[in-house]
Amino acid sequence: MNTFRLALRNLLRNHRRSLTTLLAMMVGAVSILLFGGYSGNINYGLQTDFVKRSGHIQIQHKDYFLYGSGNPAAYGIANYQHIIDVVKNDPVLKPMLTVVTPTLSLGGIAGNFAQGVSRTVLGSGVVVDEQNRMRRWNDYGFPDRYKPLALSNTPVDSAVIGTGVARVLQLCGPLKVAHCPQAPAKASETGAAAPDDIAALSAQENSDKPAQPATRIELLAANAHGAPNVAGLNVVQAVPQGVKELDDLFVMLHLAQAQRLVYGGDAPQATAIVLQLQHTSQIPAAQARLETLMKTTLRDDALEIHDFATLNPSYGQITGMFAAIFGFIAILIGAIVLFTVGNTMSMAVVERTVEIGTLRAIGLRRGGIRRLFMAEGLLLGIIGSVLGVLMALALAWLINHGGLTWTPPGNVEPVPLMVRVWGESRMIIGTMLGLVLVAVTSAWWPARRAAKLQIVDALRHV
Amino acid sequence: MNPVVLRNVAKHYRLDAVDVPALADIDLEIHPERFTVLSGPSGSGKTTLLNLIGCIDRPDQGDITVDGQAVLTLRDDALSDFRARRIGFVFQNFNLLPVLNAYENVEYPLLLAGSGYSAKQRRERVLGLLDAVGLADKARNRPGQLSGGQRQRVAIARALATEPMLVLADEPTANLDSHTGAAIIALMRKMQRELKVSFVFSSHDPQVLAEADDVVSIRDGRITGIRRMEVAA
Ligand SMILES: Nc1ncnc2c1ncn2[C@@H]1O[C@H](COP(=O)(O)OP(=O)(O)OP(=O)(O)O)[C@@H](O)[C@H]1O
Ligand SMILES: [Mg+2]
Repeated sequence: MNTFRLALRNLLRNHRRSLTTLLAMMVGAVSILLFGGYSGNINYGLQTDFVKRSGHIQIQHKDYFLYGSGNPAAYGIANYQHIIDVVKNDPVLKPMLTVVTPTLSLGGIAGNFAQGVSRTVLGSGVVVDEQNRMRRWNDYGFPDRYKPLALSNTPVDSAVIGTGVARVLQLCGPLKVAHCPQAPAKASETGAAAPDDIAALSAQENSDKPAQPATRIELLAANAHGAPNVAGLNVVQAVPQGVKELDDLFVMLHLAQAQRLVYGGDAPQATAIVLQLQHTSQIPAAQARLETLMKTTLRDDALEIHDFATLNPSYGQITGMFAAIFGFIAILIGAIVLFTVGNTMSMAVVERTVEIGTLRAIGLRRGGIRRLFMAEGLLLGIIGSVLGVLMALALAWLINHGGLTWTPPGNVEPVPLMVRVWGESRMIIGTMLGLVLVAVTSAWWPARRAAKLQIVDALRHV
Repeated sequence: MNPVVLRNVAKHYRLDAVDVPALADIDLEIHPERFTVLSGPSGSGKTTLLNLIGCIDRPDQGDITVDGQAVLTLRDDALSDFRARRIGFVFQNFNLLPVLNAYENVEYPLLLAGSGYSAKQRRERVLGLLDAVGLADKARNRPGQLSGGQRQRVAIARALATEPMLVLADEPTANLDSHTGAAIIALMRKMQRELKVSFVFSSHDPQVLAEADDVVSIRDGRITGIRRMEVAA
């Protein structure tokens, strides 16, 4: 009769109490796993969104990340095309890469000068096809939400703006933006009228275009030499951005058009080279390789690299917040399980005092008694955590197939509510190990007390 | 060699601040292969003495030798192993493990003692003992499915499993009716003779006294007399 069979039989002997204890452990495991699966899914979703939009790693001009927003044009990467070639053809990086694409950020003023309104905007020039390829990234198997950029298959002078920009520029009508109230009449009094010289520039820019569509705007930006320049853009769509601050600033245009605006006839530059990898886990390897390249082949370019978490600080903040809540829940549940199992084992020791005395009398060592009760705690832990995991998997399946949706922060459209438990082997194994450890720990003290009993006292126990 | 020798043994209990003397000046030799009964009124110290002989309690002073081993020098683990191999216990309340059936209860000490039995020998030994105590057909019953007399029979088989040289029984018939008690005593007597073991009992039971080879009388923690039967040739 080995210790575990004996322990199992003792658990079955008081099956009602054992079941109650197991139930407590199961509820604990289920809460941890469901919350972990829920927050894990949010983290994956966020990560997917960020990686789709801004890639895993960006190569930027040195100091652009910290100071570039003041004057993006001054931090352009001159021979970005060469760098892209080097990266794309690097034997180490090549197998990891899905997309390498340049972008150009610029600050400027977008004006609907026909209406006498304008506002500051952040423009980004992109290579549309490559951006579309980036948006297909779905390493975590989310239900397919691929939507090509609104800028796809449009002429080079096209632009997409945020609905906030459309509102201020009084383009809601022509762009058919829903839920966009017409600006009150007095807006034109306070609205920034374009200075004469700018108006002249814009007139000049537009002079060769005969018919002015109602969706035409001008984008005014400082060029690389600090002089103002204007590009006429045809807004093809206003797309709501999840965050209002961004919605009020967003302008996306073709890279070529953005480069013409900022660099004019000079050699075009980019403010960032966006690298998207097949898997997020490849970031460290890719980063290390890029560092090497920057010290060798690309030695002459003053570059620096940043991963998506650095580029999007809110990612770390949100995952950190969930980690804190998860930790709190885990500790709470650990404490509850600790006391539940501890209480069960203490009661078992008291009830079985005479049995302990008998076993000791017929020759079981102290260690044997201790092992017996520890084995019961261990079994409770194993059975409880296995049942808990099974129950969590079942519940997660129900939730995932329940058709629930929610709108994550920064998103525009609701997404299916998902709880990722299946496949999260690290979380599952961690939870199981944690619970087993807690169960064994809580059995330790009663087991020790049982082992220390004086035989004659235990035998006399009534 | 005498299986048990006690020299100048004394034991007292401490209850709150009061010392309760339980045993004093105990000099006793238990002779081999005999049926020895400790007899005395309630509270005289029989259980205390049996506990000392069984190495599950320690005296305040004196020396105890069991099977030639000065047991007071042994540490707890060694003493446990010693008990497992050399001493069998029969309790007033039977004290079988409720989660084990009759067979497993008898087998348990064999596993504990790690005695050199193969699985097959173990099986033969357990079945042989269950047969000897008349419970061959109850091997699969758990204690809860056995009568008091049957439980005590299982307990006797368990006490004899490791072929100990000494079996101790503290009032083994006190929880049985006189008829069943007499049958249990007869069984122990038979087993003691067949297996050539030393049995030491405590009892008030005249039936038991009548069966005894040696009777040790105790009163107020002291031995007041030892009566030994002539050894049959
Ligand atoms: N754990 C204990 N604490 C305090 N006193 C005890 C303890 N155990 C026994 N005693 C005392 O020691 C004395 C001897 O007790 P013991 O149990 O050995 O007597 P006994 O002969 O076995 O009695 P009985 O026939 O009633 O079983 C008694 O006075 C008893 O009250
Ligand atoms: Mg007694």
